Amino acid sequence: MDAVMNFGQGIFGGAWIAVWTLLKIVLIVAPLMLGVAYLTYFERKVIGFMQQRIGPNRVGPLGLIQPIADGLKLLLKEIIVPSGSSKAVFIIAPMLAIAPALAAWAVVPFTDTLVLANIDASLLYILAITSMGVYGVILSGWASNSKYAFLGAMRSAAQMVSYEIAMGFALITVLMIAGSLNFVEIVNGQNKGMFADMGLGFLSWNWLPLLPMFLVYLISGTAELNRAPFDIAEGESEIVAGFHVEYSGMAFALFFLAEYANMILVAALTSILFLGGWLSPVGFLPDGIWWMFAKMSFVLFLFLWFRATFPRYRYDLLMRLGWKVFLPLCFFWVIIVGVWMITPLNIWN
Amino acid sequence: MDFQTAVFFFLSAILIFAALRVITARNPVYAALHLMLAFFTTGGIWLMLQAEFLAIALIVVYVGAVMVLFLFVVMMLDINIDRIREGFWRYLPLGAVLGLLMVLEMGLVLGSKYFQVPLAEATVPAGVSNTREIGALLVTDYVLPFELAAVILLVGMIAAVVLTFRGVKKSKISNPNTQVFVKAKDRIRVLQMPVEKD
Repeated sequence: MDAVMNFGQGIFGGAWIAVWTLLKIVLIVAPLMLGVAYLTYFERKVIGFMQQRIGPNRVGPLGLIQPIADGLKLLLKEIIVPSGSSKAVFIIAPMLAIAPALAAWAVVPFTDTLVLANIDASLLYILAITSMGVYGVILSGWASNSKYAFLGAMRSAAQMVSYEIAMGFALITVLMIAGSLNFVEIVNGQNKGMFADMGLGFLSWNWLPLLPMFLVYLISGTAELNRAPFDIAEGESEIVAGFHVEYSGMAFALFFLAEYANMILVAALTSILFLGGWLSPVGFLPDGIWWMFAKMSFVLFLFLWFRATFPRYRYDLLMRLGWKVFLPLCFFWVIIVGVWMITPLNIWN
Repeated sequence: MDFQTAVFFFLSAILIFAALRVITARNPVYAALHLMLAFFTTGGIWLMLQAEFLAIALIVVYVGAVMVLFLFVVMMLDINIDRIREGFWRYLPLGAVLGLLMVLEMGLVLGSKYFQVPLAEATVPAGVSNTREIGALLVTDYVLPFELAAVILLVGMIAAVVLTFRGVKKSKISNPNTQVFVKAKDRIRVLQMPVEKD
Protein backbone atom coordinates (compact mmCIF):
# COMPACT_ATOMS: atom_id res chain seq x y z
CA MET A 1 0.00 0.00 0.00
CA ASP A 2 2.79 2.42 0.94
CA ALA A 3 4.59 1.58 -2.29
CA VAL A 4 1.49 2.56 -4.29
CA MET A 5 1.14 5.81 -2.35
CA ASN A 6 4.81 6.72 -2.86
CA PHE A 7 4.63 5.82 -6.55
CA GLY A 8 1.55 8.01 -7.05
CA GLN A 9 3.10 10.85 -5.07
CA GLY A 10 6.10 10.70 -7.34
CA ILE A 11 4.09 10.92 -10.54
CA PHE A 12 1.27 13.32 -9.66
CA GLY A 13 2.87 15.33 -6.85
CA GLY A 14 0.34 17.57 -5.09
CA ALA A 15 -2.57 16.42 -7.27
CA TRP A 16 -2.09 12.83 -6.06
CA ILE A 17 -4.72 13.15 -3.30
CA ALA A 18 -7.36 14.09 -5.90
CA VAL A 19 -6.27 11.29 -8.24
CA TRP A 20 -6.22 8.77 -5.37
CA THR A 21 -9.73 9.83 -4.27
CA LEU A 22 -11.02 9.51 -7.84
CA LEU A 23 -9.46 6.06 -8.00
CA LYS A 24 -11.21 5.05 -4.80
CA ILE A 25 -14.52 6.34 -6.18
CA VAL A 26 -14.04 4.19 -9.28
CA LEU A 27 -13.21 1.24 -7.03
CA ILE A 28 -16.56 1.68 -5.29
CA VAL A 29 -18.78 2.62 -8.24
CA ALA A 30 -17.55 0.03 -10.75
CA PRO A 31 -18.27 -3.02 -8.52
CA LEU A 32 -21.53 -1.33 -7.50
CA MET A 33 -22.68 -1.09 -11.12
CA LEU A 34 -21.63 -4.69 -11.71
CA GLY A 35 -23.52 -5.59 -8.54
CA VAL A 36 -26.61 -3.82 -9.86
CA ALA A 37 -26.39 -5.73 -13.15
CA TYR A 38 -26.08 -9.08 -11.42
CA LEU A 39 -28.71 -8.19 -8.82
CA THR A 40 -31.25 -8.02 -11.66
CA TYR A 41 -30.04 -11.47 -12.80
CA PHE A 42 -30.21 -12.78 -9.24
CA GLU A 43 -33.71 -11.36 -8.87
CA ARG A 44 -34.98 -13.02 -12.01
CA LYS A 45 -33.39 -16.34 -11.09
CA VAL A 46 -34.62 -16.32 -7.48
CA ILE A 47 -38.16 -15.31 -8.39
CA GLY A 48 -38.04 -17.84 -11.21
CA PHE A 49 -37.19 -20.64 -8.82
CA MET A 50 -39.82 -19.48 -6.35
CA GLN A 51 -42.41 -19.61 -9.13
CA GLN A 52 -41.28 -23.00 -10.49
CA ARG A 53 -39.66 -21.44 -13.55
CA ILE A 54 -36.06 -21.45 -14.75
CA GLY A 55 -35.47 -17.75 -15.26
CA PRO A 56 -33.05 -16.34 -17.84
CA ASN A 57 -31.00 -19.20 -19.33
CA ARG A 58 -30.38 -18.34 -23.01
CA VAL A 59 -27.63 -15.71 -23.12
CA GLY A 60 -24.37 -17.33 -22.06
CA PRO A 61 -23.97 -20.29 -19.68
CA LEU A 62 -26.85 -20.29 -17.15
CA GLY A 63 -27.94 -16.99 -18.72
CA LEU A 64 -25.03 -15.22 -17.02
CA ILE A 65 -24.53 -12.71 -19.85
CA GLN A 66 -28.21 -11.68 -19.72
CA PRO A 67 -27.68 -8.43 -17.68
CA ILE A 68 -24.94 -7.32 -20.10
CA ALA A 69 -27.23 -7.98 -23.06
CA ASP A 70 -30.03 -6.02 -21.38
CA GLY A 71 -27.71 -3.12 -20.67
CA LEU A 72 -26.48 -3.08 -24.24
CA LYS A 73 -30.04 -3.08 -25.55
CA LEU A 74 -30.96 -0.11 -23.34
CA LEU A 75 -27.82 1.76 -24.42
CA LEU A 76 -28.75 1.49 -28.07
CA LYS A 77 -32.40 2.45 -27.73
CA GLU A 78 -33.66 5.88 -28.64
CA ILE A 79 -34.71 8.25 -25.88
CA ILE A 80 -38.11 9.64 -26.79
CA VAL A 81 -39.05 12.99 -25.27
CA PRO A 82 -42.86 13.28 -25.09
CA SER A 83 -44.46 16.27 -26.76
CA GLY A 84 -45.53 19.03 -24.39
CA SER A 85 -43.05 17.85 -21.79
CA SER A 86 -40.61 20.09 -20.01
CA LYS A 87 -37.53 18.95 -21.86
CA ALA A 88 -34.78 20.16 -19.53
CA VAL A 89 -36.42 18.70 -16.44
CA PHE A 90 -37.23 15.52 -18.33
CA ILE A 91 -33.52 15.00 -19.00
CA ILE A 92 -32.35 16.12 -15.54
CA ALA A 93 -34.80 13.93 -13.56
CA PRO A 94 -33.01 10.58 -14.15
CA MET A 95 -29.72 12.22 -13.18
CA LEU A 96 -31.31 13.47 -9.95
CA ALA A 97 -32.39 9.90 -9.28
CA ILE A 98 -28.99 8.28 -9.78
CA ALA A 99 -26.77 10.97 -8.23
CA PRO A 100 -27.93 10.51 -4.59
CA ALA A 101 -27.90 6.73 -5.03
CA LEU A 102 -24.18 6.94 -5.86
CA ALA A 103 -23.21 9.85 -3.58
CA ALA A 104 -24.50 8.04 -0.50
CA TRP A 105 -21.79 5.38 -0.91
CA ALA A 106 -19.11 7.91 0.01
CA VAL A 107 -19.53 7.24 3.74
CA VAL A 108 -20.45 3.55 3.73
CA PRO A 109 -17.68 1.54 5.40
CA PHE A 110 -16.89 -1.98 4.18
CA THR A 111 -14.42 -2.70 6.99
CA ASP A 112 -13.16 -0.42 9.76
CA THR A 113 -10.49 0.99 7.48
CA LEU A 114 -12.01 0.48 4.04
CA VAL A 115 -14.19 3.58 3.67
CA LEU A 116 -13.96 6.50 1.24
CA ALA A 117 -14.77 9.25 3.78
CA ASN A 118 -14.82 8.30 7.45
CA ILE A 119 -16.67 11.44 8.52
CA ASP A 120 -18.07 12.16 11.94
CA ALA A 121 -21.69 12.61 10.93
CA SER A 122 -21.97 9.81 8.37
CA LEU A 123 -25.47 8.82 9.51
CA LEU A 124 -26.72 12.39 9.04
CA TYR A 125 -25.02 12.55 5.65
CA ILE A 126 -26.83 9.39 4.55
CA LEU A 127 -30.14 10.83 5.77
CA ALA A 128 -29.55 14.07 3.86
CA ILE A 129 -28.44 12.44 0.62
CA THR A 130 -31.11 9.75 0.49
CA SER A 131 -33.81 12.32 1.18
CA MET A 132 -32.84 13.92 -2.16
CA GLY A 133 -33.74 10.76 -4.06
CA VAL A 134 -37.41 11.67 -4.15
CA TYR A 135 -36.76 14.55 -6.56
CA GLY A 136 -35.93 12.27 -9.47
CA VAL A 137 -39.31 10.62 -9.00
CA ILE A 138 -41.39 13.79 -8.61
CA LEU A 139 -39.71 15.67 -11.43
CA SER A 140 -39.85 12.79 -13.89
CA GLY A 141 -43.56 12.47 -13.18
CA TRP A 142 -44.19 16.16 -13.65
CA ALA A 143 -41.96 16.67 -16.68
CA SER A 144 -43.41 13.71 -18.62
CA ASN A 145 -46.70 15.52 -19.28
CA SER A 146 -48.59 12.31 -18.67
CA LYS A 147 -51.38 11.45 -16.23
CA TYR A 148 -49.98 8.04 -15.33
CA ALA A 149 -46.51 9.36 -14.71
CA PHE A 150 -47.88 12.19 -12.59
CA LEU A 151 -50.08 9.90 -10.52
CA GLY A 152 -47.17 7.54 -9.99
CA ALA A 153 -44.93 10.40 -8.93
CA MET A 154 -47.50 11.71 -6.44
CA ARG A 155 -48.03 8.28 -4.91
CA SER A 156 -44.37 7.55 -4.67
CA ALA A 157 -43.42 10.93 -3.23
CA ALA A 158 -46.10 10.69 -0.54
CA GLN A 159 -44.93 7.20 0.29
CA MET A 160 -41.25 8.09 0.45
CA VAL A 161 -41.84 11.15 2.63
CA SER A 162 -44.04 9.13 5.04
CA TYR A 163 -41.68 6.22 5.48
CA GLU A 164 -38.62 8.42 5.80
CA ILE A 165 -39.92 9.46 9.23
CA ALA A 166 -40.26 5.92 10.56
CA MET A 167 -36.86 5.11 9.10
CA GLY A 168 -35.34 8.17 10.78
CA PHE A 169 -36.71 7.11 14.15
CA ALA A 170 -35.31 3.62 13.75
CA LEU A 171 -31.94 5.27 13.13
CA ILE A 172 -32.37 7.44 16.23
CA THR A 173 -32.60 4.37 18.49
CA VAL A 174 -29.44 3.00 16.90
CA LEU A 175 -27.50 6.20 17.45
CA MET A 176 -28.83 6.44 21.01
CA ILE A 177 -27.25 3.15 21.99
CA ALA A 178 -24.14 3.68 19.89
CA GLY A 179 -23.63 7.24 21.14
CA SER A 180 -22.19 8.17 17.77
CA LEU A 181 -23.21 9.15 14.24
CA ASN A 182 -20.16 7.48 12.76
CA PHE A 183 -20.76 4.13 11.05
CA VAL A 184 -17.41 2.64 12.06
CA GLU A 185 -18.10 3.41 15.71
CA ILE A 186 -21.67 2.10 15.40
CA VAL A 187 -20.35 -1.23 14.12
CA ASN A 188 -17.54 -1.43 16.67
CA GLY A 189 -20.07 -0.70 19.41
CA GLN A 190 -21.91 -3.90 18.46
CA ASN A 191 -18.79 -5.96 19.18
CA LYS A 192 -19.05 -5.76 22.96
CA GLY A 193 -21.38 -7.05 25.62
CA MET A 194 -22.10 -10.32 27.36
CA PHE A 195 -22.64 -12.43 24.23
CA ALA A 196 -19.66 -11.01 22.37
CA ASP A 197 -17.43 -12.01 25.29
CA MET A 198 -18.90 -15.52 25.17
CA GLY A 199 -17.95 -15.73 21.48
CA LEU A 200 -21.54 -15.47 20.24
CA GLY A 201 -21.16 -12.08 18.58
CA PHE A 202 -24.33 -12.30 16.51
CA LEU A 203 -26.45 -12.11 19.67
CA SER A 204 -24.90 -8.79 20.69
CA TRP A 205 -25.61 -7.07 17.38
CA ASN A 206 -28.30 -4.41 17.39
CA TRP A 207 -30.97 -6.56 15.74
CA LEU A 208 -31.72 -8.41 18.97
CA PRO A 209 -32.13 -5.61 21.55
CA LEU A 210 -33.74 -3.40 18.89
CA LEU A 211 -35.78 -6.12 17.20
CA PRO A 212 -38.91 -3.98 16.62
CA MET A 213 -36.80 -1.17 15.19
CA PHE A 214 -34.93 -3.63 12.98
CA LEU A 215 -38.23 -4.79 11.51
CA VAL A 216 -39.47 -1.21 11.14
CA TYR A 217 -36.27 -0.27 9.37
CA LEU A 218 -36.39 -3.24 7.03
CA ILE A 219 -40.06 -2.72 6.12
CA SER A 220 -39.68 1.06 5.80
CA GLY A 221 -36.61 0.45 3.68
CA THR A 222 -38.65 -1.72 1.35
CA ALA A 223 -41.30 1.00 1.17
CA GLU A 224 -38.69 3.70 0.67
CA LEU A 225 -37.29 1.78 -2.29
CA ASN A 226 -40.76 1.45 -3.83
CA ARG A 227 -40.23 -2.30 -3.91
CA ALA A 228 -42.96 -4.93 -3.78
CA PRO A 229 -45.21 -5.23 -1.78
CA PHE A 230 -45.06 -1.41 -1.54
CA ASP A 231 -44.63 -0.79 -5.27
CA ILE A 232 -47.82 1.20 -5.67
CA ALA A 233 -45.70 3.87 -7.34
CA GLU A 234 -45.28 1.51 -10.26
CA GLY A 235 -48.56 -0.36 -9.90
CA GLU A 236 -48.45 -2.09 -13.29
CA SER A 237 -52.13 -2.97 -13.20
CA GLU A 238 -53.30 0.56 -12.34
CA ILE A 239 -50.90 3.15 -13.67
CA VAL A 240 -48.79 1.07 -16.05
CA ALA A 241 -45.36 1.78 -14.59
CA GLY A 242 -45.77 5.01 -12.70
CA PHE A 243 -43.30 7.83 -12.89
CA HIS A 244 -40.98 6.36 -15.53
CA VAL A 245 -43.65 5.24 -18.00
CA GLU A 246 -42.55 7.83 -20.59
CA TYR A 247 -38.84 7.03 -20.34
CA SER A 248 -36.97 4.78 -22.70
CA GLY A 249 -33.41 3.77 -23.44
CA MET A 250 -30.64 4.99 -21.17
CA ALA A 251 -32.89 7.49 -19.35
CA PHE A 252 -35.03 4.58 -18.19
CA ALA A 253 -31.90 2.59 -17.39
CA LEU A 254 -30.75 5.36 -15.04
CA PHE A 255 -33.94 5.00 -12.96
CA PHE A 256 -33.40 1.28 -12.94
CA LEU A 257 -29.77 1.64 -11.85
CA ALA A 258 -30.80 4.11 -9.14
CA GLU A 259 -33.46 1.75 -7.79
CA TYR A 260 -31.10 -1.20 -7.58
CA ALA A 261 -28.16 0.87 -6.28
CA ASN A 262 -30.51 2.09 -3.54
CA MET A 263 -31.49 -1.50 -2.80
CA ILE A 264 -27.85 -2.41 -2.30
CA LEU A 265 -27.40 0.73 -0.19
CA VAL A 266 -30.29 -0.11 2.13
CA ALA A 267 -28.92 -3.66 2.40
CA ALA A 268 -25.51 -2.25 3.34
CA LEU A 269 -27.03 0.13 5.90
CA THR A 270 -29.14 -2.64 7.44
CA SER A 271 -25.99 -4.76 7.76
CA ILE A 272 -24.04 -1.91 9.33
CA LEU A 273 -26.69 -0.63 11.71
CA PHE A 274 -28.36 -3.85 12.84
CA LEU A 275 -26.36 -6.86 11.68
CA GLY A 276 -22.90 -5.90 12.82
CA GLY A 277 -21.34 -4.95 9.47
CA TRP A 278 -18.03 -6.73 8.95
CA LEU A 279 -18.10 -8.42 12.38
CA SER A 280 -17.96 -12.17 12.50
CA PRO A 281 -21.05 -13.86 14.01
CA VAL A 282 -18.98 -16.25 16.14
CA GLY A 283 -15.78 -15.69 18.06
CA PHE A 284 -13.55 -18.29 16.41
CA LEU A 285 -13.91 -16.89 12.87
CA PRO A 286 -12.08 -13.68 11.88
CA ASP A 287 -13.92 -10.44 11.06
CA GLY A 288 -13.71 -9.25 7.49
CA ILE A 289 -15.30 -7.72 4.45
CA TRP A 290 -16.79 -11.08 3.40
CA TRP A 291 -19.18 -10.97 6.37
CA MET A 292 -20.36 -7.56 5.18
CA PHE A 293 -21.03 -8.89 1.69
CA ALA A 294 -22.72 -12.01 3.07
CA LYS A 295 -25.05 -9.91 5.21
CA MET A 296 -25.81 -7.55 2.32
CA SER A 297 -26.62 -10.53 0.09
CA PHE A 298 -28.92 -11.91 2.76
CA VAL A 299 -30.86 -8.62 3.05
CA LEU A 300 -31.04 -8.34 -0.76
CA PHE A 301 -32.39 -11.88 -0.88
CA LEU A 302 -35.05 -10.82 1.65
CA PHE A 303 -36.17 -8.03 -0.72
CA LEU A 304 -36.52 -10.51 -3.59
CA TRP A 305 -38.26 -12.98 -1.30
CA PHE A 306 -40.77 -10.28 -0.28
CA ARG A 307 -41.45 -9.55 -3.91
CA ALA A 308 -42.17 -13.17 -4.75
CA THR A 309 -44.32 -13.68 -1.65
CA PHE A 310 -46.56 -10.71 -0.87
CA PRO A 311 -49.32 -9.17 -2.96
CA ARG A 312 -49.27 -5.40 -3.41
CA TYR A 313 -50.49 -3.27 -0.49
CA ARG A 314 -53.52 -1.07 -0.96
CA TYR A 315 -52.67 2.63 -0.86
CA ASP A 316 -54.68 3.57 2.24
CA LEU A 317 -53.34 0.56 4.15
CA LEU A 318 -49.83 1.60 3.20
CA MET A 319 -50.33 5.10 4.60
CA ARG A 320 -51.99 3.65 7.70
CA LEU A 321 -49.04 1.34 8.30
CA GLY A 322 -46.57 4.18 8.00
CA TRP A 323 -48.32 6.82 10.08
CA LYS A 324 -50.52 4.94 12.53
CA VAL A 325 -48.50 1.79 13.24
CA PHE A 326 -44.80 2.47 12.68
CA LEU A 327 -44.66 6.03 13.94
CA PRO A 328 -46.29 5.38 17.37
CA LEU A 329 -44.22 2.20 17.69
CA CYS A 330 -41.07 4.22 17.03
CA PHE A 331 -41.97 6.92 19.57
CA PHE A 332 -42.68 4.22 22.12
CA TRP A 333 -39.45 2.36 21.46
CA VAL A 334 -37.32 5.51 21.62
CA ILE A 335 -38.72 6.13 25.11
CA ILE A 336 -38.19 2.47 26.10
CA VAL A 337 -34.58 2.52 24.97
CA GLY A 338 -34.03 5.86 26.71
CA VAL A 339 -35.37 4.52 29.99
CA TRP A 340 -33.51 1.25 29.54
CA MET A 341 -30.26 3.16 29.13
CA ILE A 342 -30.53 4.99 32.48
CA THR A 343 -31.51 1.93 34.49
CA PRO A 344 -28.87 -0.46 35.93
CA LEU A 345 -29.99 -3.00 33.30
CA ASN A 346 -28.23 -0.93 30.62
CA ILE A 347 -26.28 -3.29 28.38
CA TRP A 348 -24.54 -0.64 26.28
CA ASN A 349 -21.90 0.70 28.63
CA MET B 1 -6.03 31.49 -5.30
CA ASP B 2 -6.09 28.38 -3.18
CA PHE B 3 -8.48 25.51 -3.66
CA GLN B 4 -10.91 26.53 -0.91
CA THR B 5 -11.37 30.02 -2.31
CA ALA B 6 -11.98 28.56 -5.75
CA VAL B 7 -14.67 26.24 -4.35
CA PHE B 8 -16.22 29.16 -2.48
CA PHE B 9 -16.45 31.28 -5.64
CA PHE B 10 -17.82 28.35 -7.60
CA LEU B 11 -20.56 27.72 -5.00
CA SER B 12 -21.36 31.43 -4.62
CA ALA B 13 -21.71 31.86 -8.37
CA ILE B 14 -24.20 28.99 -8.50
CA LEU B 15 -26.00 30.35 -5.44
CA ILE B 16 -26.40 33.83 -6.89
CA PHE B 17 -27.56 32.46 -10.23
CA ALA B 18 -30.07 30.14 -8.54
CA ALA B 19 -31.37 32.88 -6.26
CA LEU B 20 -31.86 35.20 -9.25
CA ARG B 21 -33.72 32.52 -11.15
CA VAL B 22 -36.01 31.92 -8.17
CA ILE B 23 -37.46 35.40 -8.57
CA THR B 24 -37.23 35.67 -12.37
CA ALA B 25 -38.40 32.23 -13.53
CA ARG B 26 -41.86 32.43 -15.11
CA ASN B 27 -42.79 28.87 -14.31
CA PRO B 28 -43.32 28.38 -10.55
CA VAL B 29 -41.99 24.81 -10.73
CA TYR B 30 -38.70 26.11 -12.15
CA ALA B 31 -38.61 28.75 -9.42
CA ALA B 32 -39.06 26.04 -6.77
CA LEU B 33 -36.33 23.92 -8.37
CA HIS B 34 -33.91 26.83 -8.33
CA LEU B 35 -34.78 27.49 -4.70
CA MET B 36 -33.85 23.88 -4.00
CA LEU B 37 -30.54 24.38 -5.81
CA ALA B 38 -29.95 27.54 -3.76
CA PHE B 39 -30.52 25.65 -0.48
CA PHE B 40 -28.21 22.85 -1.55
CA THR B 41 -25.45 25.27 -2.53
CA THR B 42 -25.85 27.15 0.75
CA GLY B 43 -25.38 23.81 2.48
CA GLY B 44 -22.10 23.47 0.59
CA ILE B 45 -20.92 26.91 1.70
CA TRP B 46 -21.83 26.19 5.34
CA LEU B 47 -19.91 22.95 5.07
CA MET B 48 -16.85 25.00 4.10
CA LEU B 49 -17.33 27.00 7.32
CA GLN B 50 -17.06 23.65 9.18
CA ALA B 51 -20.69 23.87 10.27
CA GLU B 52 -21.45 20.36 9.08
CA PHE B 53 -24.45 19.83 11.33
CA LEU B 54 -26.20 22.99 10.16
CA ALA B 55 -25.38 22.23 6.53
CA ILE B 56 -26.79 18.71 6.72
CA ALA B 57 -29.81 19.90 8.73
CA LEU B 58 -30.51 22.52 6.05
CA ILE B 59 -30.47 19.86 3.36
CA VAL B 60 -32.52 17.31 5.35
CA VAL B 61 -35.15 19.81 6.43
CA TYR B 62 -35.46 22.20 3.51
CA VAL B 63 -34.36 20.26 0.46
CA GLY B 64 -35.51 16.85 1.68
CA ALA B 65 -38.85 17.75 3.21
CA VAL B 66 -40.08 21.33 2.85
CA MET B 67 -39.29 21.74 -0.84
CA VAL B 68 -40.83 18.35 -1.68
CA LEU B 69 -44.14 19.48 -0.19
CA PHE B 70 -43.71 22.86 -1.85
CA LEU B 71 -43.21 21.23 -5.25
CA PHE B 72 -46.27 19.07 -4.58
CA VAL B 73 -48.43 22.15 -4.11
CA VAL B 74 -46.90 24.13 -6.95
CA MET B 75 -47.30 21.27 -9.41
CA MET B 76 -50.95 20.77 -8.49
CA LEU B 77 -51.85 24.44 -8.82
CA ASP B 78 -53.08 25.74 -12.10
CA ILE B 79 -51.29 29.07 -11.98
CA ASN B 80 -52.16 31.80 -14.40
CA ILE B 81 -48.91 33.70 -14.85
CA ASP B 82 -50.49 36.80 -16.40
CA ARG B 83 -52.75 37.26 -13.40
CA ILE B 84 -49.80 36.96 -11.03
CA ARG B 85 -47.89 39.60 -12.94
CA GLU B 86 -50.83 42.05 -12.91
CA GLY B 87 -50.05 43.51 -9.51
CA PHE B 88 -46.31 43.84 -10.17
CA TRP B 89 -46.13 47.64 -10.30
CA ARG B 90 -48.56 48.09 -7.41
CA TYR B 91 -46.47 45.90 -5.08
CA LEU B 92 -43.10 47.08 -6.33
CA PRO B 93 -42.57 50.01 -3.88
CA LEU B 94 -43.38 47.90 -0.80
CA GLY B 95 -41.21 45.06 -2.08
CA ALA B 96 -38.34 47.41 -2.82
CA VAL B 97 -38.48 48.92 0.69
CA LEU B 98 -38.48 45.48 2.31
CA GLY B 99 -35.66 44.32 0.08
CA LEU B 100 -33.55 47.39 0.86
CA LEU B 101 -34.14 46.89 4.57
CA MET B 102 -32.96 43.29 4.35
CA VAL B 103 -29.87 44.25 2.35
CA LEU B 104 -29.09 46.89 4.99
CA GLU B 105 -29.48 44.40 7.82
CA MET B 106 -27.30 41.85 6.09
CA GLY B 107 -24.69 44.48 5.36
CA LEU B 108 -24.62 45.48 9.03
CA VAL B 109 -24.18 41.90 10.19
CA LEU B 110 -21.63 40.88 7.60
CA GLY B 111 -19.78 44.19 7.71
CA SER B 112 -19.63 44.37 11.48
CA LYS B 113 -15.87 43.88 11.35
CA TYR B 114 -15.55 47.20 9.54
CA PHE B 115 -17.82 48.96 12.03
CA GLN B 116 -15.57 47.83 14.90
CA VAL B 117 -18.24 45.67 16.53
CA PRO B 118 -16.59 42.79 18.43
CA LEU B 119 -17.83 39.66 16.75
CA ALA B 120 -18.02 36.33 18.51
CA GLU B 121 -16.18 34.29 15.95
CA ALA B 122 -16.37 30.59 16.64
CA THR B 123 -13.12 28.81 16.03
CA VAL B 124 -13.40 25.07 15.78
CA PRO B 125 -10.45 23.12 17.09
CA ALA B 126 -9.64 19.96 15.18
CA GLY B 127 -11.28 16.80 16.45
CA VAL B 128 -14.36 18.49 17.89
CA SER B 129 -17.61 17.18 16.47
CA ASN B 130 -19.95 20.13 16.25
CA THR B 131 -22.94 17.81 16.03
CA ARG B 132 -22.07 16.52 19.49
CA GLU B 133 -21.42 20.05 20.78
CA ILE B 134 -24.74 21.39 19.48
CA GLY B 135 -26.53 18.38 20.93
CA ALA B 136 -24.92 18.88 24.33
CA LEU B 137 -25.74 22.61 24.34
CA LEU B 138 -29.35 22.01 23.32
CA VAL B 139 -30.08 19.82 26.36
CA THR B 140 -28.06 21.83 28.89
CA ASP B 141 -27.78 25.61 28.43
CA TYR B 142 -30.56 26.03 25.88
CA VAL B 143 -33.00 23.39 27.11
CA LEU B 144 -35.80 25.90 27.74
CA PRO B 145 -35.72 27.61 24.31
CA PHE B 146 -35.40 24.15 22.76
CA GLU B 147 -38.50 22.87 24.56
CA LEU B 148 -40.32 26.10 23.70
CA ALA B 149 -39.57 25.63 20.00
CA ALA B 150 -40.83 22.06 20.25
CA VAL B 151 -44.08 23.26 21.86
CA ILE B 152 -44.56 25.88 19.13
CA LEU B 153 -44.10 23.21 16.47
CA LEU B 154 -46.59 20.99 18.28
CA VAL B 155 -49.12 23.83 18.36
CA GLY B 156 -48.58 24.35 14.63
CA MET B 157 -49.10 20.65 13.99
CA ILE B 158 -52.31 20.51 16.04
CA ALA B 159 -53.55 23.67 14.31
CA ALA B 160 -52.98 22.08 10.90
CA VAL B 161 -54.85 18.95 11.96
CA VAL B 162 -57.74 20.99 13.39
CA LEU B 163 -58.02 23.05 10.19
CA THR B 164 -58.31 20.02 7.94
CA PHE B 165 -60.13 17.60 10.23
CA ARG B 166 -63.64 16.83 9.03
CA GLY B 167 -64.85 14.63 11.86
CA VAL B 168 -64.47 10.91 12.44
CA LYS B 169 -66.15 8.46 10.15
CA LYS B 170 -68.13 6.38 12.57
CA SER B 171 -68.67 3.33 10.44
CA LYS B 172 -67.67 2.12 7.01
CA ILE B 173 -70.51 -0.40 6.76
CA SER B 174 -72.72 0.34 3.78
CA ASN B 175 -76.43 -0.20 3.84
CA PRO B 176 -77.54 -2.35 0.89
CA ASN B 177 -81.03 -0.95 1.15
CA THR B 178 -79.88 2.56 0.25
CA GLN B 179 -77.37 1.21 -2.29
CA VAL B 180 -80.13 -0.41 -4.33
CA PHE B 181 -82.08 2.81 -4.68
CA VAL B 182 -79.16 4.94 -5.85
CA LYS B 183 -79.63 6.70 -9.18
CA ALA B 184 -76.93 7.92 -11.53
CA LYS B 185 -77.76 11.58 -10.93
CA ASP B 186 -77.13 11.17 -7.17
CA ARG B 187 -73.58 10.12 -7.82
CA ILE B 188 -72.41 11.89 -10.96
CA ARG B 189 -72.70 15.52 -11.93
CA VAL B 190 -71.83 16.47 -15.49
CA LEU B 191 -70.25 19.89 -15.66
CA GLN B 192 -69.83 22.06 -18.70
CA MET B 193 -66.32 23.46 -18.80
CA PRO B 194 -64.92 25.78 -21.45
CA VAL B 195 -61.86 24.44 -23.28
CA GLU B 196 -58.63 25.96 -22.06
CA LYS B 197 -55.97 26.81 -24.58
CA ASP B 198 -52.47 28.05 -23.90
